[in-house]
Amino acid sequence: MSVSLDPASDYALELLDVTCTFRSRDDAGQAYTAVGETTLRIRAGEFVSVVGPTGCGKSTLLNIGAGLLPPTSGTVKVFGKPLNGINSRAGYMFQTEALMPWRSAIDNVMVGLQYRGVSDAEARAQAQAWLERVGLSGFGDRYPHQLSGGMRKRTALAQVLALDPDIILMDEPFSALDIQTRQLMENEVLDLWAAKKKAVLFITHDLDEAIAMSDRVVVLSAGPATVPMGEFVIDLPRPRNVAEVRTQPRFIELHTQIWDVLRDEVLKGYAQQLRKAA
Amino acid sequence: MTTMWRVLQPSDKNLRYWQVGLLLVFLGLWQLASRDQQLAFFLGEPVKVAGRVWSWFMPFGFGPSLLFPDGLPGNADIYLHLGTTLLETVLAFGIGTVLGLACGLWLALAPMASAIMDPYIKAANSMPRVILAPIFAMWFGLGIWSKVALAVTLVFFIVFFNVYQGVKEVSPVVLANARMLGANQRQLLRTVYLPSATSWVFSSLHTSVGLAFVGAVVGEYLGSARGVGYLILQAEGTFDVNTVFAGIVVLTAFALVLDGIVGRIERKLMKWQPRTGETEKL
Repeated sequence: MSVSLDPASDYALELLDVTCTFRSRDDAGQAYTAVGETTLRIRAGEFVSVVGPTGCGKSTLLNIGAGLLPPTSGTVKVFGKPLNGINSRAGYMFQTEALMPWRSAIDNVMVGLQYRGVSDAEARAQAQAWLERVGLSGFGDRYPHQLSGGMRKRTALAQVLALDPDIILMDEPFSALDIQTRQLMENEVLDLWAAKKKAVLFITHDLDEAIAMSDRVVVLSAGPATVPMGEFVIDLPRPRNVAEVRTQPRFIELHTQIWDVLRDEVLKGYAQQLRKAA
Repeated sequence: MTTMWRVLQPSDKNLRYWQVGLLLVFLGLWQLASRDQQLAFFLGEPVKVAGRVWSWFMPFGFGPSLLFPDGLPGNADIYLHLGTTLLETVLAFGIGTVLGLACGLWLALAPMASAIMDPYIKAANSMPRVILAPIFAMWFGLGIWSKVALAVTLVFFIVFFNVYQGVKEVSPVVLANARMLGANQRQLLRTVYLPSATSWVFSSLHTSVGLAFVGAVVGEYLGSARGVGYLILQAEGTFDVNTVFAGIVVLTAFALVLDGIVGRIERKLMKWQPRTGETEKL
């Protein structure tokens, strides 16, 4: 439960006392605080999941870590250095479609390498290798609209991993997939993560997914001004199979513990949404 | 009787025959009406119009016959005029598209410049730009460039507004993704804004090619020494209504061909866009 306080810079990503307030576009006096004072640290090679009720500002937190959104206050550090602008050591897997529809799968995977000045031939070879690793070797010349939802997610995963980022940010990447495809993808991500040991910040609203995949689960409170409510170390043995790990007694125990904290927040969040709709 | 009606009843199968039949009935009625000399002066005669088109395109003619008592010469003299009109259309389309693309990208990516220019762009777009033709004739003379300039003003705004819209409507997620993948401003322009804008340009391509053509012909009609518009102008001066109609027929056929070519290019370049019924199931 306690946050480690040692000052060692083996943290890949640190969000220190960040807050994020949005100002209403129509009415400058109205402000909405999405994220209250939050501190979140992820060690290099650690897999951390953040769970919370819908609309609680999880994505905002991730965007701050990615450098896409500057925090209203507080600092973001990447490997000990303050972040300024885009976090170039992070790869970001978005919740919604982020592939360029005018580029074929392989062109999408290689575009990041091209941005970095890798020659076209070299970028293509690396992209092909990544497509093979995510099981899409024969689909490089397809355009996104010609791929299924699961295949598009694999392409997006290859696109992120091809750049070999030290930090991987994932925003409910598999929420749009059916349960079988989803478990398959989760296992693949775990295998790829085990091979490379990157720091992963994984956002989800699915507690099962969070426990099955992570080293640590952080529970966020219902918005507005969301703050971390609790932190749980997941001491399940690795390697894990996301489908099988769910039956272990320890998994159920952890699930009960975390759900006790999360349930009230989910209900609070739900009540707020109802009020908003009314 | 009922079986005959069943065969003749318009359906998907005999659609073509009905289309052709409609044309033939129209031409027949026109020809009948033109037997009255006074009406023929205003309406022309389909047979003579066809003869005129033949003389323009074919290098050989016929002697006097029942339909053409004076014979039908084969002059093959339209190609120079048609080529001029085509050149003007292509130049106007190219220049207008490039200018529209450049200005659209610039203003969409520079909000302040766009805010300053906004009223002037609205004014320039609402202005009846055909009225600029005399000014262009003064500036660029009676050669092709005054026609190109007129047509460019027509094409420019179509492309400009589409590119502007296209850049404004780039998916924010695709944009954020490209930035996370490390794109700098120039790379964003080349790999995100430009392809996205291009798809909007293509959706307006049929309109802008059509307008380039209209601009070229109207420009010729208002004063020129060459082009299909010039032929029509000449014929009108001598009350040769058959030649006017022949010019209209040629222009229509020409516009259809251009539209077909554009459609083909569009299908080739925009193959990444999903089309209904074409998406492959995997």
